[in-house]
Amino acid sequence: MSTAAAVAARAPQSRGVRASLSRNRRWALITSYVFLVIFAIFFLIPPYYMVVTALKSDAEVAHMATNPWIVADGFTLDQFKILLTQTDFLIFFKNTIIVTVSVVAITMVVSVLAAFSLGRMKFWGSSILATGIFLTYLVPDTLLFIPLFQIVKAVGLLNSYWGMILVYPTLTVPFCTWIMIGYFQSIPKELDEAALIDGAGHMQMLTKIFIPVALPGIIAAMIFAFTVSWAAFVYPMAFLYSADQQVLTVGTVTSLIRGDVYKWGMLMAGALVAAAPPLVIYAFLMDYYIAGLTAGATKG
Amino acid sequence: MAEVSLRNVVKRFDDVDVVRNISLDIPDNEFVVLVGPSGCGKSTTLRMIAGLEEITAGDIYIGGEVVNDLPPKDRDIAMVFQNYALYPHMSVFENMSFGLKLRKFPKEEIRKRVDHAARILDITELLDRKPKALSGGQRQRVAMGRAIVRNPKVFLFDEPLSNLDAKLRVQMRTEIKRVHQMVKTTTVYVTHDQVEAMTLADRVVVMNGGVIEQIATPQDLYHHPKTRFVAGFIGSPAMNFLRCRLEQNGSGLRVRLSDAISLPVPASQSARFQALAGKELIFGLRPEHITEPRRNDRDKQCEFAATLDVVEPMGMETMVYFTVDGQEVCGRVDPDSATGPGEAMGLYADMDRMHLIDPQSGAVL
Amino acid sequence: MRRRSTIAFLMCLPLIVIITSLVLYPACYSIYLSMLNKSQTRFIGLGNFSFLLSRDVFWMVMEQTAIFALSAVFFKAMIGLITAHLINNLPVKGQRKWRGMLLVPWVIPLALSSLGWWWLFDPTHSAFNYILSSLGFEEVPWLSSPYWARFSVILVNVWYGAPFFLIMYLAALKSVPEQLYEAASIDGASAWQKFVHITLPMMRNIIAITVLFSLIVTFANFDIVQIMTAGGPRNMTHVFATYSFMLGIRSGDLPLGAATSLFMFPILAFAAIFILRGVRKRGREIG
Repeated sequence: MSTAAAVAARAPQSRGVRASLSRNRRWALITSYVFLVIFAIFFLIPPYYMVVTALKSDAEVAHMATNPWIVADGFTLDQFKILLTQTDFLIFFKNTIIVTVSVVAITMVVSVLAAFSLGRMKFWGSSILATGIFLTYLVPDTLLFIPLFQIVKAVGLLNSYWGMILVYPTLTVPFCTWIMIGYFQSIPKELDEAALIDGAGHMQMLTKIFIPVALPGIIAAMIFAFTVSWAAFVYPMAFLYSADQQVLTVGTVTSLIRGDVYKWGMLMAGALVAAAPPLVIYAFLMDYYIAGLTAGATKG
Repeated sequence: MAEVSLRNVVKRFDDVDVVRNISLDIPDNEFVVLVGPSGCGKSTTLRMIAGLEEITAGDIYIGGEVVNDLPPKDRDIAMVFQNYALYPHMSVFENMSFGLKLRKFPKEEIRKRVDHAARILDITELLDRKPKALSGGQRQRVAMGRAIVRNPKVFLFDEPLSNLDAKLRVQMRTEIKRVHQMVKTTTVYVTHDQVEAMTLADRVVVMNGGVIEQIATPQDLYHHPKTRFVAGFIGSPAMNFLRCRLEQNGSGLRVRLSDAISLPVPASQSARFQALAGKELIFGLRPEHITEPRRNDRDKQCEFAATLDVVEPMGMETMVYFTVDGQEVCGRVDPDSATGPGEAMGLYADMDRMHLIDPQSGAVL
Repeated sequence: MRRRSTIAFLMCLPLIVIITSLVLYPACYSIYLSMLNKSQTRFIGLGNFSFLLSRDVFWMVMEQTAIFALSAVFFKAMIGLITAHLINNLPVKGQRKWRGMLLVPWVIPLALSSLGWWWLFDPTHSAFNYILSSLGFEEVPWLSSPYWARFSVILVNVWYGAPFFLIMYLAALKSVPEQLYEAASIDGASAWQKFVHITLPMMRNIIAITVLFSLIVTFANFDIVQIMTAGGPRNMTHVFATYSFMLGIRSGDLPLGAATSLFMFPILAFAAIFILRGVRKRGREIG
């Protein structure tokens, strides 16, 4: 066969060409990593700098000649000590926890009930309601905070963190319901029917079957509700004045200033401690966190 | 010129050799089927020919040229995927013309080729539809159309019929054969279904565990399998394999299957097996060669009796299952002759078709 | 059958109550409120609106919000798309780490990271200026010069929002079947052609949904501007949210504040309609 001769003639070349192809692939990978490192630096600079500042003494912070990007004069936890003992920070922390836990609880109850009903039980107006919920999520807090000011005042909850517990669900319930409708819908119909045959009522079906099966969605929704409540800024900024009612976001940013001197070391320490809970949850439950975000879009 | 050659091709994933040193020559216009069980390396081999997998060692030639480092688009091949891989946002026409458009073909030429392929495959009315509006069989045809318009040196098929229901599969098999006759191009076709292999191929390559067990025409493969694996893989239902001892007595060689059954080795085979007398071997005989006794059968000695365990009427024939020396045996008999489960029946073994296999090496002797 | 519907409806009741009383009612009330005078004693029709439209500052705020939202969303989408591709090209085992690192800006509460950025931009102590001056460049008035202030505010928003786009686009990229790319390889497509003819069309819907969604959220953004510049210098970084806060809460003129924030409504409604259509279409594509 003619190919046999051709084979013999071409054999030596193939090895060299093959090596260059995988070299190309390796270069592409290296460039990917280089760009990713650049982006990572961009994304991580602020948190890094916040950590570095929080570990410096006041003197070093004020001192302008030293490199601000490293801790040159020795690590100190003084800023954290002052933060926790000489400011209202712990009060802010306590308030935020009370508010967040309550809001997450309320959100989950309301959302799970509504999502279960909208996701699996067809009734008149259910699709209109589902669309309405989605549209509600698109109404921003900065549109509602002015009229809500009047309403919260009328109910007597202005300048009280209970007012926060009242209004925060508007931020969390729509999206959490939306996430969970998707999860509930993905449970096959046969499960309902098997449960009905086994003699379960609706509430039992919900608690004994659907909630356990939709647990990933529930966790994702809880994380979302937690993160949004913890980070809320507009409402507390507008409705809370006194330090004993204030929450972490507003408190750290506005109330930690003593006199008119900005103690940046302590401010950064405060910001870090305040940012810690969401970061910790993220570190341990990253997949649920991301599932919550993408659920809205990918589950249509 | 579009021959395909593989020389000592190896593919390694992590530490596992998935394809182990295979060599194969496919002449121009031949329809070759790579067949074997899951994991035998046939799909990997096909993808290496396509350029979708890197070759760990060895060389692949298309049309006489080494293609190891050529990207798929420079190999002048076309491929039909198991899941069709049609572009969902493009119409059938756009799907079929995509490759030509990328190569800057003029519009009239594209139109001509697509129309020609559409006529061959009978999908002309579907040209404006999107893939999601098509049935499985139609999608498969569009996938083939996309391959045909390219006029490639080689067609590659990766289990194209696996996603279709049984009836459709039979229909499409005939389609593929018809298309191959009209569009003469070297074809490499991968499947796990040995019926497809037997009906479509000019030659069949049986693969197992990363190596080639045998390359032969379908007929050769059926009548002269070289290994136990091939003998058991080709043919449905599968060949019967029974432990036996080759005995020599006054009248010649006999195959002893059990205390009750001993069958004579035909004269034509005796010379070949003489040297193995006295050995423990494996006896192979296809179900279609175990039948009811017929008037013009030559050797009454090839008849024996068995108690049937299971009887499966298939319409044109009936499959009977019985036990010999603890092993299940399948035979194919005329429906009228079949008795019932639990009943005895007289059977005839066509010993001209017998095979003897070495139990250690698996080689057919 | 009827009992089932009643139970179903009752289960939705808390949700309906919350939405009606805390979203729908305030939204309508906002319209009413915007048509009152400052002390809320008289009805003045569109007086607040015409007042706002007559002020130069207000037109500036409108322009600033638009520039802010459009440029920030554009850059967020670009960075999101690029980083999603970069991560997708890595071997699967390493992707999780990188994804985890690059999502951090989104996880930190925006108010707190804005504080951190404020410190990075501090006029006297800016760490960025330290690097610039040690490299021989001039120091930059990040928050005190109007044009730099606008830049800084957009930068922080892009920093915060890009991870969201990254996550969405990464998920979308992974949903494109690998075999389509293989078929395209065989058809002769280069990497760029694969991106244009396969990746983009398959991702078209997700890209539209995320962009529109981000437009709404960015348009209504409050935290960054409020904390870093409070709208200054000279009102040149004000966006609708912060301006309405200043007029309504700080100055106590709630009706005027309501009127300001209502200007956001048409754009939001417009974007919302398109998002809804996109989500519906995607539901049909998947199902």
